[in-house]
Parts: sequence; C-alpha cells; structure tokens
Amino acid sequence: MSASSSHYTLHHPKWYRRRVSVWWWLQSRSYTGFVLRELTSVFVALFALVTLWQVRAVAHGPEAYEAFLTRLRSPLFLAGHALALLFVLFHSITWFNLAPKAMVVRLRGHRMPDALVAGANYLAWLVLSAAVAFFLLRG
Amino acid sequence: MTRPVTPLLWLLFSVGGTIAALLYPAHLLLTGLAFPLGWLEAPRHPSLLALVRHPLARLYLFAFIALPLFHWAHRFRYTLYDGLQLKHLTRLIAVLCYGTALAGTLVAAYALWTLP
Amino acid sequence: MPETVALTVTRYRPEAEAEPTSRTYEVPFRKDWVVLDALNYIKDKLDGSLSFRWSCRMGVCGSCGMTVNGEPKLTCAAFLSDHLPGPIRVEPLRFFPLVRDLVVDLRDFMRKLKKVKPWIVRTEEKPLAEGEYRQTPEELDAYKPFSMCINCMLCYSACPIYGLEPSFIGPAAIALAQRYNMDSRDQGSRERLEILSEHDGIWQCTFVGECTKVCPKHVDPAGAIQRYKLTAAVHSLKTLLPWGNR
Repeated sequence: MSASSSHYTLHHPKWYRRRVSVWWWLQSRSYTGFVLRELTSVFVALFALVTLWQVRAVAHGPEAYEAFLTRLRSPLFLAGHALALLFVLFHSITWFNLAPKAMVVRLRGHRMPDALVAGANYLAWLVLSAAVAFFLLRG
Repeated sequence: MTRPVTPLLWLLFSVGGTIAALLYPAHLLLTGLAFPLGWLEAPRHPSLLALVRHPLARLYLFAFIALPLFHWAHRFRYTLYDGLQLKHLTRLIAVLCYGTALAGTLVAAYALWTLP
Repeated sequence: MPETVALTVTRYRPEAEAEPTSRTYEVPFRKDWVVLDALNYIKDKLDGSLSFRWSCRMGVCGSCGMTVNGEPKLTCAAFLSDHLPGPIRVEPLRFFPLVRDLVVDLRDFMRKLKKVKPWIVRTEEKPLAEGEYRQTPEELDAYKPFSMCINCMLCYSACPIYGLEPSFIGPAAIALAQRYNMDSRDQGSRERLEILSEHDGIWQCTFVGECTKVCPKHVDPAGAIQRYKLTAAVHSLKTLLPWGNR
C-alpha cells in the first residue's frame, strides 16, 4: 500500500507518505518521556554489573573489598550512582503504575481498581526495601 | 508462530524489570550513596561474606544480577531499533544485547558458585 | 472572545503538486463550534475544493479523525475554544498515506482488522434447539471496553511504532482481537494467537501507551495488548512443558 506501487494518472491519486524523522522522540513530551523510561534499563544494567563487581570483590578477600569501597567513594562513582538512582526510581514508578494494565485482577467478578493494584506493588516495594536495609545494615 | 523465543524473552524482560523495580532502589541507595558518603556504616567484610555465601543469598544475587540484565537487553534492543531506526542492524543488535546479558549471567553464575 | 479564528489546513492536490502545502482560512469563532464545524464552514463558504471525511458529527462513527495542533483528535469533538489562540493547525492523520487534503488511505488497517478475525469463532456450532447463548454481567464486563472501538484510527496515529514500522498490526486490531478472545461465546483464541504472535504482531509493541491516551472511547488498547502479551507468553511456556497443551 505504498506510494511507489501506485502510478500517478489523472484519474488515480498519488499517495503522499511523510518519512518519520529520526528525532521523532523529541516531538512530544510523551514520546520523550517514553524514551527516557526505556533508557532507565541502561542504568539498571550498569548497577547489575556493579553488584557483580561487588560479589567478586567480596569473594577475593578483605583487601579487594576495601578497594571496591574506596572506588565507590570517588566523585565519578558518586555522581554516577546519584544519576542512576534517579533513573532507577523513574523505572520503579513507571513500572508500578503500568502494572495494573498488564495484570488484571478479578475478585468475585469485579476488576480490582488500578490504584489498588499499583498500591499493592508500592507496598511490596516498601516491605522489600526494608528487608534489604535490614540485611545490609546488620554490620 | 515465527519466533517462539520472543514471548520467552518478553517474560525474562518482565521478571527482570520487576526485580529491578522492587529491589534496585534500596540496594542503589545504600551501596551507591549511603555507604560511600558515610551516612550509614557499610557492612564489614567478614559479615558480608558470611551473608553472601548462604545458598539463598547466592540465589538471590544471581536473580538480582542476571534477570535485570536480560530486562536491559530486551528493552535496549527495541530502543535502538525504534529510537535510532537501525532496522538494517536488527540481527547484530539482538546478538550484542542478549549476548552481553548472557555473558553477565555466566560470569555471575561462576562468581557465585565459586564463592569461598 | 475573538470574532474569528484562523485555521491552517493542509492542502494536497496530487494532480497539481508533489508535496502537501497548507492554507490559512479565517472562520467565525463560535463558542459551541468544533473544528469540524469550522471545516464545513470553509467548504461551504470559503473554499469548496477542501476534501475531508466526516459523518455522524457526534463521536460514534470514527470518520473525522485528524491531527489538530499536533494531536490526533476527532474533529467533531475538538472545540475551537479549547484550541485558542489560533491559528489552529489541522493536518491529516499522521502515519497514513495521504490521498488528498485531509483524506488518508485506511486500507492498511482494514486489511489488518480482517486478519484478526473480528467475529465470534466457534469450533462447534451450538444447535438452535439448545437456545441462546447466555452471558452474565461479569462476562460482558470482561470484553465490553474493547467493543467500544469505533475504528477512528487515532491510536494508530499516536503510535510511534506504527509510524516507524507500518507493518505493525497496531493497537485497534489487537484490542478488537481481544474483544473476541475475552467474549465467553468465542472459541477462536488459538487461531488469533497464531496471527498475533507473528513478527509484526503484539511483540512489536513497546508499551508507549499513547494509543490509550488518545482513544476517544476509552477502549484502552495498550492494556489489551499488555494483557495479551502475558496470555501469549504463558501459553508459550505451557507448550514447552512436556505435558503442556499444544
């Protein structure tokens, strides 16, 4: 159904197709927000690798672990982690807000309201974060 | 079905994304900011090692690292494909993304398996 | 309130020009006028050569979808007063081939709609003697929002994936497939799964969510697609298990 397959004649219209610009994602706030949301995955991956690094540092002994901690104190890493935290939080919030769309929970024939499903996710987030803090702050 | 692996990659993306959403903020805040900045005391090596070598902890860390890597791979692949319109490189992008995730997964598996 | 408002309207006459242009018309401003009223004023009083689609003028036929100030809208539901100050940009629906002025070619969607079999599919027909199909309010609830689609194509116009990949089956087609998948009378889920799991089916969607935002009938195609991804993925898992149903 492309313009190239239609021959222009006096009695047959010639369709016009505007090419989508490579900057399409800058053309509206929604589109830009979407791309930023997708880019949160980069920071997720980076922190996964930092965690892997941490595991290896712990495995290689106290000196390696100290070296790891020292590296994380550098301004580069602190700035990087601050930025990463912003993006990861953006991921969490958009993820929980969209969860009700993907999983419809029906109770006795009625669909659970979106806010409740999202709320349950936020609650789980709170509980699990507290558990993580508990394990990591034991010393 | 032309590519039966696609739904499974989407499932990996979903599970990885859920793990990242629920657990990454807390870990990031503590490990990336609170401990280095001295707001809270970082765990000392002996207790951290004792914690991490527990079988359940190893499983947790494996899921924590591997699944979000696949979440990134799936999402980033589509972002490159759609955002930068790199349609002609679609196979290369897929291989690089999932390949990296797989590599990370294998390294994590090895590191966690061989913990002292 | 101003006396008149300007409308900048896309013009495209394939017999005379290679690319679309635009022309600005000054129309009277009335508090209760919608963009469609302004377009009809232009056609009646200012420029009879303007081509555009419309029909019911009350938001149920889906004919008058266009891009108003950059957003896909039904022109019969877009009030002039909400788009002040002028000039108000009226362009054809994005991502569709342009035929003339504000008229786009919708055959791509028509073809895709047919592909998803938007009708009740039965593996065994119920004999007349057994009477009618009965449906509880809850069963109706399960698919009712998806049945409200008026095929206006605003969702396709909002979807960047459709813009980048015209072969993508698209939001409305998937929502309409779900309308039948979730209908208790239907037995065609398996057939539709084959079609929707193809390369240009549901897996192209990256949940941008714009389709749901612009839908004038609150169909929520984005939700329909995400739920279907879960259904299809779970089905995929089941086929992997040795005892799973194929």
